[in-house]
Amino acid sequence: MSFRKIGLGLVAATLFAGTALPAFAQDSVYVPLFTYRTGPFAGSGIPIADGMHDYLQMLNERDGGIGGVKLVLEECETGYDTKKGVECYESVKGKNPVIVNPWSTGITLPLIPRASVDKIPILSMAYGLSASARGDIFPWVFNPPATYWDGMSMIIKYIGEKEGGLEKLKGKKIGFLHLDAAFGKEPIPLLQELAKQYGFEVALYPVAAQDMQNQSSQWLSVRRDRPDYMVMWGWGAMNGAAVKEAVRSGYPMDKFYSVWWPGEDDARAGGAGAKGFKMLNWHAVGTDYPALKDIQKHVVDKGLSKSPKDKVGELLYNRGIYNSLLIAEGIAQAQKLTGKKVVTGEDVRRGMENIKLDPARLKELGLEGFTDPMTLTCTDHNSHSAAFMQEWDGSKWVKISEPIKPMTEQVRAQLDAAAKDYADKNPGWPKRSERCDNQS
Amino acid sequence: MDILYKIFIEPFVFMGEAPDLLIQTLWEGLVSGVLYALIALGFVLIFKASGVFNFAQGIMVVFAALTLVGLYEAGVPAFLALILAVLIMLVLAVVVERVVLRPLVNQPDIILFMATFGLTYFLIGFGELIFGGNPKEMITSELYLPRGTTEVEMLGGFVRFQHLDIAATVIASIMIGLLAVFFSKTRIGRALRAVADSHKAALSVGISLNQIWVIVWFAAGIVALVAGIMWGARAGVSFSLQIIALKALPVLILGGFTSIPGAIIGGLIIGVGEKLGEFYWGPLVGGGIETWLAYVIALLFLLYRPQGLFGEKIIERI
Repeated sequence: MSFRKIGLGLVAATLFAGTALPAFAQDSVYVPLFTYRTGPFAGSGIPIADGMHDYLQMLNERDGGIGGVKLVLEECETGYDTKKGVECYESVKGKNPVIVNPWSTGITLPLIPRASVDKIPILSMAYGLSASARGDIFPWVFNPPATYWDGMSMIIKYIGEKEGGLEKLKGKKIGFLHLDAAFGKEPIPLLQELAKQYGFEVALYPVAAQDMQNQSSQWLSVRRDRPDYMVMWGWGAMNGAAVKEAVRSGYPMDKFYSVWWPGEDDARAGGAGAKGFKMLNWHAVGTDYPALKDIQKHVVDKGLSKSPKDKVGELLYNRGIYNSLLIAEGIAQAQKLTGKKVVTGEDVRRGMENIKLDPARLKELGLEGFTDPMTLTCTDHNSHSAAFMQEWDGSKWVKISEPIKPMTEQVRAQLDAAAKDYADKNPGWPKRSERCDNQS
Repeated sequence: MDILYKIFIEPFVFMGEAPDLLIQTLWEGLVSGVLYALIALGFVLIFKASGVFNFAQGIMVVFAALTLVGLYEAGVPAFLALILAVLIMLVLAVVVERVVLRPLVNQPDIILFMATFGLTYFLIGFGELIFGGNPKEMITSELYLPRGTTEVEMLGGFVRFQHLDIAATVIASIMIGLLAVFFSKTRIGRALRAVADSHKAALSVGISLNQIWVIVWFAAGIVALVAGIMWGARAGVSFSLQIIALKALPVLILGGFTSIPGAIIGGLIIGVGEKLGEFYWGPLVGGGIETWLAYVIALLFLLYRPQGLFGEKIIERI
């Protein structure tokens, strides 16, 4: 083959690609899903990835997408590695994604400054930078339905109520077992502030990623310090190993609390001794909802899901569904606001600020009672919703509390200070100039 | 003065005040140390036979444990799954020798080292393809490994001994003892030492290099399987276990890359040292020193014995 033919072939291919791309863009919306099905954190990453994918796939199969526009779903494997996550972002940003879900606090942090430049909204659902809840300072970042600081304040509030009032925490010791990474350290400033305010002591137990499955030192220290309560901020293999070690070391499980990330497999790892282990949650477990039945019918039964059938409806699978529910609502609201079918990242940012998941809307979506109502606005990108406490009964999670509202007064002051501090420390941080459709 | 007190006096006062906690820390360190030694032994066997640092030893631990659990989950009875897992490690040894080592004979050691990097990533991908990325539970009770705890009252307090930890220590010790005898007293063991000294000299007296490599990789595979069962029973079987295997690095630095007793003593020193360090001195800097303390301990030993505790002193003419 001559160079001339090769050259002509390349030109033809380029022309073909150039004409094919707009055709693809005209009738679909591109939604990349950052996932991790491999590596040390896959235990948490797989069910979440399955839930995220299956809900959006169900919309494609059942409704032909959203507003008559198909969703183009593409997974990018990050391995929960910040470097790979940023590579994923760089590889998808040229394909006009309408939203990005980093699924890692470590990945979220470097993407925050890029979002406003690339006009791609970031959804860090209940993780990431707590201060990014301030929509007036972070117009491109959304972290509903609660920040890590909200979560920590809910756990402290619940423990305080158990003791007979927050003032009864004075003189108590609360241990904080956390992944020694951006995610695990995120709630420490608030925990220390609350300790100062209510007079309890904090003992920190960092777990390095390489020692996630080798926690005997941390639990020896727990035995030495005898904390009255333990609070965990763990991820991946760390959660199951911590539950096991807590049981091994004889720590009273009814005093062991976690933020919302352990799944059923993590609790099962502790065997019968794990009974009493508690964690926060804000949505239902199980498949007793029309939307989940549709996922089973249109996706799982047709072999379009990667999830084993018996894992559909488990806690982290449903967490993935909640994440995709927010994506879908953001797109639907964007279509409503702009009148366009094929929306852009800028449109979806506006759409996210108009999400209103009230009981009527949840019923319409086939998720009545799945989660509490939630509203986002231009200034509030989080909603600071309540969560409830659930307990492991040896085989399943059981809801044991009414919704616990975050300690807004304390959290708000810290959050405002942190948001201002972030903007001050990043010279040239832009003042919000983005359009607002929902001020209230 | 306060900081000096906290470093040099307070920890020892606390040891005296709560001797039961000291015993507990030493026990936890001993258990970790024996398991580190077991992993380090896998590295030593291959290094002795081929002069190659097998970077894939960590993933071999995960792969062996996943094979066992995966076979069991597929309906194979536990002990048959164990036998099949051993056979699969044999197949892996043969494949590694044929596909990776044999074509690279006479290449510089660094090439072989890089080949084990490739093997690591192949086994990660292959393992995830076959078994998925989800963590799995080790089939502890199906293998009749004991569970439960014995609490012994002593020294004004109590010490908790996990039955599984006792079993792990005993099994690992027997395993290490058997391997030490096998490689020092048997014909194959002597052949291995000859290969370690000089490939060419060993070949000249009729020792089959290929056969020796298969044997040591198989032995390292069995060691990986035992280590995988024990660590898996303690903390679950997942791909993050391969990171624990890197704890064997300071053990090797300390004990020497070619010494089986060095791996054992090194494992114990690192295991006990890191637990004592984290428990008594860790709080001074906010905890989490265990990860790097092992390397500090190893480097301190190296200042006095650059070849490691039991490593061979190499003198080269320049």
